[in-house]
Amino acid sequence: MLTKRIIPCLDIRDGRTVKGVNFENIRDAGDPVELALLYSQQGADELVFLDITATVEKRKTLVELVKRIAANINIPFTVGGGISTVEDVAILLQHGADKVSVNTAAFKNPELIADLSNRFGSQCVVLAIDTKKEADGEWYVYLNGGRTKTDTKTIDWARQAVALGAGEILLTSMNNDGTKAGFAVDITLLLSTALPVPVIASGGAGTMEHFKEIFLEGSADAALAASIFHYKEIGIPELKQYLSAQDISIRL
Amino acid sequence: MIAIIKYNAGNVQSVQYALQRIGATAVVTDDFDIIRKADKVIFPGVGHAQSAMQYLREKGLDQLLLSLQQPVLGICLGLQLMCKHSEEGNTDCLGIFDTDVKLFSSAELKVPQIGWNNIYSYKSVLFNGLSEQAFMYTVHSYYAALCNETVAMTDYIVPFSAALQKDNFYAVQFHPEKSGTAGETILKNFIQIP
Repeated sequence: MLTKRIIPCLDIRDGRTVKGVNFENIRDAGDPVELALLYSQQGADELVFLDITATVEKRKTLVELVKRIAANINIPFTVGGGISTVEDVAILLQHGADKVSVNTAAFKNPELIADLSNRFGSQCVVLAIDTKKEADGEWYVYLNGGRTKTDTKTIDWARQAVALGAGEILLTSMNNDGTKAGFAVDITLLLSTALPVPVIASGGAGTMEHFKEIFLEGSADAALAASIFHYKEIGIPELKQYLSAQDISIRL
Repeated sequence: MIAIIKYNAGNVQSVQYALQRIGATAVVTDDFDIIRKADKVIFPGVGHAQSAMQYLREKGLDQLLLSLQQPVLGICLGLQLMCKHSEEGNTDCLGIFDTDVKLFSSAELKVPQIGWNNIYSYKSVLFNGLSEQAFMYTVHSYYAALCNETVAMTDYIVPFSAALQKDNFYAVQFHPEKSGTAGETILKNFIQIP
């Protein structure tokens, strides 16, 4: 039986893992390759690396990092952050990344998704969406690491992106991110039931119960978290044991 | 020495890294002499069946593959290309295994299947020392139907071939190179085939 996935996320800046709250107040959380190794040994099902300061001159650092990760870990990983061209993706995949995530550049140029999916296959194209629930009760797409609001509803963009060839959605709720108050169940459930592709829920994990909730009530295919793993507030082995005991299909 | 066949399908680098981690050396190559002389050949791949088969035919790699006598391991698309026919692009494939590749069809479950699924009913040296119901990482929209050459099964929408074996040809649908220590066991078993 296909299992629900637990995915630690490593936000990368200048080659280091960092973590902020609500996309702000960034602090250092260690060496990404060391952390990646630790997580893979502990039973993480997959890893996501997001380069949050992906300026042109830093891209080479990222490629070197991708090589180190690919050489050292034996589970799949996704790389994202500032990816805007087919060439960016070709380089990352060549150096061992299994998937890439695209966000702002894909929103501004949706054809990028079609180009990537035609060239590399939809299985390696993850669409990352940063979303925020507004006063009108609707979830909207935000760009540029959550700094720029758009007038597009998240469900509409997700549908369009999947039609273009996105193979997976990485959905981060800005309302929940960093709060440790739980994942955004409603928007995750909406996307997961409306779309034929897997949805990775992100933002808000604070307790093991939050993971249970997002799998059972939000129908997430995978759940992503960062700080609770980096700061050892929840161990991956104990989390997976807990979820398995709740009759959730988990790889132990 | 292990030859990893280089063609127009992705993800070959990951296989090379995985072999390095278990202490084996491999080259990624499309050189016929190197492939012929290799102790083992790995035929990996993530991509589209039709364009991959077209490329293999243009380069003559299809005939080379069929002529190989040493152990050959197909991975993912490699497995599918070793079957008779694939629904992906209505493609005639290499025909090593006597089965066809079909598209998953389900109103409820998502396609592609992405993630970790368990395999069972092992009937190959590839699975020596592996615990029953081991989890493997898998990403695919098409699957090889069950047949006499099925040497491990898995279930998603339907039961299908997780692995196939005939003579010196071995193939797995999942990605052993990305399946943690369980995947490494399979790669080690393949390398140790005499």
